[in-house]
Amino acid sequence: MATIIQGIGAAAALSSSNSFDSKRFHLPSRRSLSERKGSFLVVRSDGRVIPGSNPRGRRTDQLITNAVAAKADASAASTASKPGHELLLFEALREGLEEEMERDPRVCVMGEDVGHYGGSYKVTKGLAPKYGDLRVLDTPIAENSFTGMAIGAAMTGLRPIIEGMNMGFLLLAFNQISNNCGMLHYTSGGQFTIPVVIRGPGGVGRQLGAEHSQRLESYFQSIPGIQMVACSTPYNAKGLMKAAIRSENPVILFEHVLLYNLKERIPDEEYVLSLEEAEMVRPGEHITILTYSRMRYHVMQAAKTLVNKGYDPEVIDIRSLKPFDLYTIGNSVKKTHRVLIVEECMRTGGIGASLTAAISENFHDYLDAPIVCLSSQDVPTPYAGTLEEWTVVQPAQIVAAVEQLCQ
Amino acid sequence: MSCSFSAVNSIQPRSLSTDNPSITPFKPTPSPFLGSTLKPRFNSLKKSPSASTRRRSSIVAVSDVVKEKSLNFKSSPSNLLITKEEGLVLYEDMVLGRAFEDMCAQMYYRGKMFGFVHLYNGQEAVSTGCIKLLKQEDSVVSTYRDHVHSLSKGVPARQVMSELFGKTTGCVRGQGGSMHMFSKEFNVLGGFAFIGEGIPVATGAAFTSRYKREVLKEADCDHVTMAFFGDGTCNNGQFFECLNMAALWKLPIIFVVENNLWAIGMSHLRATSDPAIWKKGPAFGMPGVHVDGMDVLKVREVAKEAVERARRGEGPTLIECETYRFRGHSLADPDELRDPAEKAHYATRDPITALKKYMIENKLASEAEFKAIDKKIDEVVEDAVEFADASPHPGRSQLLENVFADPKGFGIGPDGKYRCEDPKFTEGTAHV
Repeated sequence: MATIIQGIGAAAALSSSNSFDSKRFHLPSRRSLSERKGSFLVVRSDGRVIPGSNPRGRRTDQLITNAVAAKADASAASTASKPGHELLLFEALREGLEEEMERDPRVCVMGEDVGHYGGSYKVTKGLAPKYGDLRVLDTPIAENSFTGMAIGAAMTGLRPIIEGMNMGFLLLAFNQISNNCGMLHYTSGGQFTIPVVIRGPGGVGRQLGAEHSQRLESYFQSIPGIQMVACSTPYNAKGLMKAAIRSENPVILFEHVLLYNLKERIPDEEYVLSLEEAEMVRPGEHITILTYSRMRYHVMQAAKTLVNKGYDPEVIDIRSLKPFDLYTIGNSVKKTHRVLIVEECMRTGGIGASLTAAISENFHDYLDAPIVCLSSQDVPTPYAGTLEEWTVVQPAQIVAAVEQLCQ
Repeated sequence: MSCSFSAVNSIQPRSLSTDNPSITPFKPTPSPFLGSTLKPRFNSLKKSPSASTRRRSSIVAVSDVVKEKSLNFKSSPSNLLITKEEGLVLYEDMVLGRAFEDMCAQMYYRGKMFGFVHLYNGQEAVSTGCIKLLKQEDSVVSTYRDHVHSLSKGVPARQVMSELFGKTTGCVRGQGGSMHMFSKEFNVLGGFAFIGEGIPVATGAAFTSRYKREVLKEADCDHVTMAFFGDGTCNNGQFFECLNMAALWKLPIIFVVENNLWAIGMSHLRATSDPAIWKKGPAFGMPGVHVDGMDVLKVREVAKEAVERARRGEGPTLIECETYRFRGHSLADPDELRDPAEKAHYATRDPITALKKYMIENKLASEAEFKAIDKKIDEVVEDAVEFADASPHPGRSQLLENVFADPKGFGIGPDGKYRCEDPKFTEGTAHV
């Protein structure tokens, strides 16, 4: 467990990606390549906006504004007096957490070193002095038991957030996550709800070795009754954290060790994102690239090269790993007719495999080419830098795959 | 933690391990662990029934503590451990547990219920002795052997029977079955089918009690939680982890071990380095009490003290109840392994008969009164069966209802609508 802190410094290596603005939406400028373009819109039509003030409706409105005003936003972004405030991803998570703790005294945090130490990646820093040891509970190293304890607390009225010091440690809590987080609402005939959030740093870091570099979403995805989201920017990290805490369902929030130091300007106003919606990162015409978490940045790096080569890829951060946002994904498939999935997850039984199945099932008729899925290799993540690099998908592979798919 | 240790002594005057360092599994010295032979019995299976194949039967019908009390106050009527009313409540609850389980066996063999059905026969004194002390707001966490805990906590027999029949009127709408009884109304936080997994949940419920008092400022929240589990569970990590956390944070929880000597076919003595489970309490800084689990009054006495301690905010207690199940592990268990002599021995110690005897001897109730209760319970159980039998099977529409508390968890479909808005979700025919 000692090695996990290392990831913080390593995250700085991603700074080249930091300028990327996750909230900016461009209107597609060029649609000539798409034969079935009529069915596609980046934004949703107002007809389907659910009336009222639910988060989904609000977000739809916001999307429209952003999309229309994309150009203005972009120019505003370069001026000095920008709205909002700039922070790192781990600070955004903390901000979301703190706002929810402030709003609802039933919200509490449990985990190893979340309290006095401030969390292994400082997501809970400063919360214990502010809210006390009971609300920010330092637990003994007993993952299965403190996870079960959070479930018991949730059943009796609290809203705990369980931090896995490293997500991999939660394999030790798999029984509680599966049997009790996932199934108990059902087996109790709907009498008890488990509004917990399970979150923590995961993914392949920088030479952390196999056990600290796990891709756990494949393990968790078939548990019934659980939702899974992966954050990738400070903006969506905060919004998803808040949404996860407010959800009545158990939610696993995946954070990535290499993304904690991403910097972004986020709104000062409160916002909550939808747990079920994907995020349009870059609209395009030629191919749909579906990705999430850290691979989003590999994809965007590849996208630069691809644009220079004359391709116009559409990049979607699926964000919700379970369930999939079949609307956003479907619309994109209907427009581009080609799909590339880029993930860090395991190849066998991973998110990409499930996504491939879902797309084939729902949108097969719209596909002009077989779906290609770039996953990390089915090997225990090696320690050596070279081997580790060959384990996860690299931008050059993405470029090559797109070129081949668009031939 | 020294205060905890002194509390141990007030509940359980028998010496702690620290007082008697000579107790080891290898020295067969007289031990505070009542039934233990303190002798690994690697070869005893084929031997003729003898004291070494079962726990030494030094357990008496009424505990030493209690006897002393009785002797001290022999003259006054208040010397008795229970009032007439209390006694009849206990009797009725135990008879209900017994009759209900016997009926389950009948119904199982008649093909009315399926799966693994674990019956509680023989252990009634534990459920009744502990749970009947609790308020409705207090929580109970059980195991796969959970019918009787639920009944003791107040869940109507109709609901439990109906659940076993897989009917929609069951306490969890036919979605849980024998090993997953829950009741929000009566704070039964569940039957948990895997060994040990209920203990952390119980610890969490106890954590909520403390949280409500201290963070949410509900000063009057004195709810306690009781976690029931067996001897086999006491070799599982979650048991130790939760003893630690509960003692560390002084949570209002009572860990009740129903030591029936057998984890399916694994003898407790073959599985456990030191079979005295109660000793693990003091090791974690909480009182560990050893009690005759075939004596409802003794169990009750010990549990009362533990519940009061928990309510006062003095933390957890570990109670080891020595008991015995009169049937196999489950109805699917041929029960060929346990020694017939061992079974016969415990059959003579039936907790229901013992209570009846105590009450009659102390002129607390007459045979006629017991008969009236027996009759009443027979009717309750008959009624439960009739109710369950007449209840409808769950309809298709129920299939997807409780997967998510918020059905938005099923996600957004290709048409942009939440999939749960699709009528197929209410019909239960959607593919998820």
